[in-house]
Amino acid sequence: MNKLSDNITQSASQELIIDGASCASCVGKIEKALRAVTGVESAEMNFALRTVLVTGDVAPETLINTVESIGYNAKSSNQASDDQLLDEKEVADEKYYVKLMKQVWIALGLGIPLMIYSIAGGPMTVDTSLERAVWLLIGLLCLAIMYFAGKHFYIGAWKSFVNHNANMDTLIALGTSTAWLYSMIVVLFPMALPEMARHVYFEATAMIIGLINLGLALEVKARGRTSEAIKRLIGLQGKTARVVRVVDGKEQEIDIAIEQVQLNDIVRVRPGEKISVDGVVVQGHTTIDESMLTGEPMPVEKAEEDEVVAGTLNKSGSILFKATRVGKDTALAQIINMVKRAQNSKPPIGRLADVISGYFVPVIMIIAIVSALVWLNFGPEPSLAFAVVSATTVLIIACPCALGLATPMSVMVGVGKAAEAGVLIRNGEALQTSAKITAMILDKTGTITEGAPTVTDIIVIDKAYTETDILTITASIESGSEHPLAQAIVDAAIKQGIDPENVSDFHAIAGHGIKANFNGQQLLFGNQKLMLSKHIALNGFVSQAQKLADEAKTPMYLAVDNKLAAIIAVSDPIKTDSISAIKRLQAGGIRVVMLTGDNRATANAVAKKVGVTEVFAEVLPEDKANKVAELQAQGEIVGMTGDGINDAPALALANVGFAIGTGTDVAIESADITLMRGSLHGLADAIAISKATLRNIKQNLFGAFIYNVAGVPFAAGVLYPFFGLLLNPVIAGAAMAFSSLTVVSNANRLRFFKAKEH
Amino acid sequence: MIIVNLIGLALIALIVWWFWLYKPSKAVDASAENITVVVNDGIYQPARIRVAAGKPTKLQFLRKDGSPCAATVLFPDFELSEELPVGVSKSVALPAMLAGEYAFHCPMKMYTGTLVVVESAALEGQK
Repeated sequence: MNKLSDNITQSASQELIIDGASCASCVGKIEKALRAVTGVESAEMNFALRTVLVTGDVAPETLINTVESIGYNAKSSNQASDDQLLDEKEVADEKYYVKLMKQVWIALGLGIPLMIYSIAGGPMTVDTSLERAVWLLIGLLCLAIMYFAGKHFYIGAWKSFVNHNANMDTLIALGTSTAWLYSMIVVLFPMALPEMARHVYFEATAMIIGLINLGLALEVKARGRTSEAIKRLIGLQGKTARVVRVVDGKEQEIDIAIEQVQLNDIVRVRPGEKISVDGVVVQGHTTIDESMLTGEPMPVEKAEEDEVVAGTLNKSGSILFKATRVGKDTALAQIINMVKRAQNSKPPIGRLADVISGYFVPVIMIIAIVSALVWLNFGPEPSLAFAVVSATTVLIIACPCALGLATPMSVMVGVGKAAEAGVLIRNGEALQTSAKITAMILDKTGTITEGAPTVTDIIVIDKAYTETDILTITASIESGSEHPLAQAIVDAAIKQGIDPENVSDFHAIAGHGIKANFNGQQLLFGNQKLMLSKHIALNGFVSQAQKLADEAKTPMYLAVDNKLAAIIAVSDPIKTDSISAIKRLQAGGIRVVMLTGDNRATANAVAKKVGVTEVFAEVLPEDKANKVAELQAQGEIVGMTGDGINDAPALALANVGFAIGTGTDVAIESADITLMRGSLHGLADAIAISKATLRNIKQNLFGAFIYNVAGVPFAAGVLYPFFGLLLNPVIAGAAMAFSSLTVVSNANRLRFFKAKEH
Repeated sequence: MIIVNLIGLALIALIVWWFWLYKPSKAVDASAENITVVVNDGIYQPARIRVAAGKPTKLQFLRKDGSPCAATVLFPDFELSEELPVGVSKSVALPAMLAGEYAFHCPMKMYTGTLVVVESAALEGQK
């Protein structure tokens, strides 16, 4: 109901983006033209944003045509789709990359020759006036490089500083300008400094700017790859749709942009075309490949009244379907949204890094000052030069970026990877917790089994009846019942062309079965308890019923006029790959428990077939959550998997709730993780991906911590008193530039992760 | 030498005060006019935005910075994240919020901003 009303308000007000409106007077013109359109209630333009908000039930193309007819360009605002956004992002990234690389060459162009000169033993000191003149020239060149190749660091640093903020720019700006300033003082006022301290560090400034820009440029490239999965999902959205519209009094099929498809539009899809929006088939039949969303490789048959989902691929037939969800409401749009949101959410493990990032930069600045002071007070001559080098190196080597990138990059890739496997992870917390699950409760019906029971055996005991008679009688009794097993019997009867007849005196006896009157005969239909309580002689048939139960079937007895007439067995077939999927879970050290409302014998039989030893049978729906709590009380981290229908409280209580969807019926609401295909392998995949992602995050965090914890003291010169080692600022710059690149590349490794084969 | 040491210590004190102890007080009202938060050079401008409590708000962002750091803005309290295209104004829909302060930032918390959500009566009073 909610969904429907959402859609109505959505179509009643829409935003257009106007292009070509260059003066404020255009506003009145556009508004007036739009208000003149029949059906438009109001049109208000925001000149600053170049958008018009139109209310009224009018097709967007009418509005666009109106605006275009008076000489402006317009498009629907939701037309600035994710697709375009991504394209724009790629273009912007590429531009940024090119710009950075230019700056890299400018900076390294001076830095590398200077570097070679200094390594080759060229004097970096200022003694003669010729040296002074040459170094002054180089110093000014260096200043130009700082401007042309490193302007962004200084502006960023200054702006954040004014805002009482500090970031990576602050460190780079401080480090490079310290080195440059000191060198300039050496050049301009050599006499003010002791002779040994007259050393210039222009090469450090140029090299650091060059290397850090290089690191950033490579990072932009690497980051682009982390969002591949979402790109693929967004790419599934079609661009146009062929709808049936009445044009000039005639019904015609016309191609329109996908954003303009309205609710209840009839859409034509031909073989090989993508489904454009969500809908219900109204004519024709076909097979549809839904693997891109569900990970389910087999195409799905679709006929009238079946649902079709945007982004899936029509294979064989031509169909007409009625649009039921358009725009942001389609399952695909919701999936994209959810994946995006999850990709940007942080698991708890990343929070420590966040807290540290908040203090990181000022702390590094303090360490740099302290280290300079220590060198000045206790260091050997030239202590001033040592102080400057150590302060610069500390500022440059510290890398808040690696720390900050460690978690988000891996989550980005991990969540995307999961989505590719048909696993929707709600947020970072769900990702982290599912990597730690120790016990998994699996609902039986619909999760381990197909959830669609069928009649498997009819054993006629009283030879006065035929199988058809038995089916007629039982279907007649059950036609009033909503029990899933009852549905199986009614379905079986209908399949054989039997119409259920009316019964009278219908009584459901909870936990036992049904009592009713059929054509003057007294009927009892139910389990063994019912028969025993009514003193029906079961003779030797209990063992037959037991045998059926042992085969994971649910046997039911039928007695006519207090005489046993037949046994009917209904079974919910186990999904073909449940056994191997459960094995995968168990191989991962997870305690697998089955939960069902079904009788113990049948439950045990199913459990035995799929290799589960622990069973909670005969559990009432309202008690499912208690079973979750029971395991939690034993210290387990509990995952609960169900189809979401009556499992919501249990899913919510579990540490991680997995909703198993069939097809693309996304049960997003109550679950932490939604499995879009019916197979339990999705569950094993979800856990495997979570584990791999968490491991990746840990590697990244560990690397980033160790890098900073070891690098900063080394840069400050703690090793100098023991080994005479002091880090060169240029090496620090290189290390810093590549530390964040390493983090991004490590996260990218996750893209190649493959969940173990089924 | 003593002077140098004192200058060093004074600098440290200044850093502590400037980055941690100083509490900003300016807030710009985003609900009164359609302000645009400009994302450029490592900061959100303005970075403190006053919003009325209890009703959904739209916040305009304009990203000028090509750096990938600036590409996403997160509102962790509302599980919201938006991609910001370069050079195109992007509106972020915020839900109705309770009074209080909520941070928004880039994924690495290098760009940071605060939503100051106040009861609308208080907002009127300040105008």
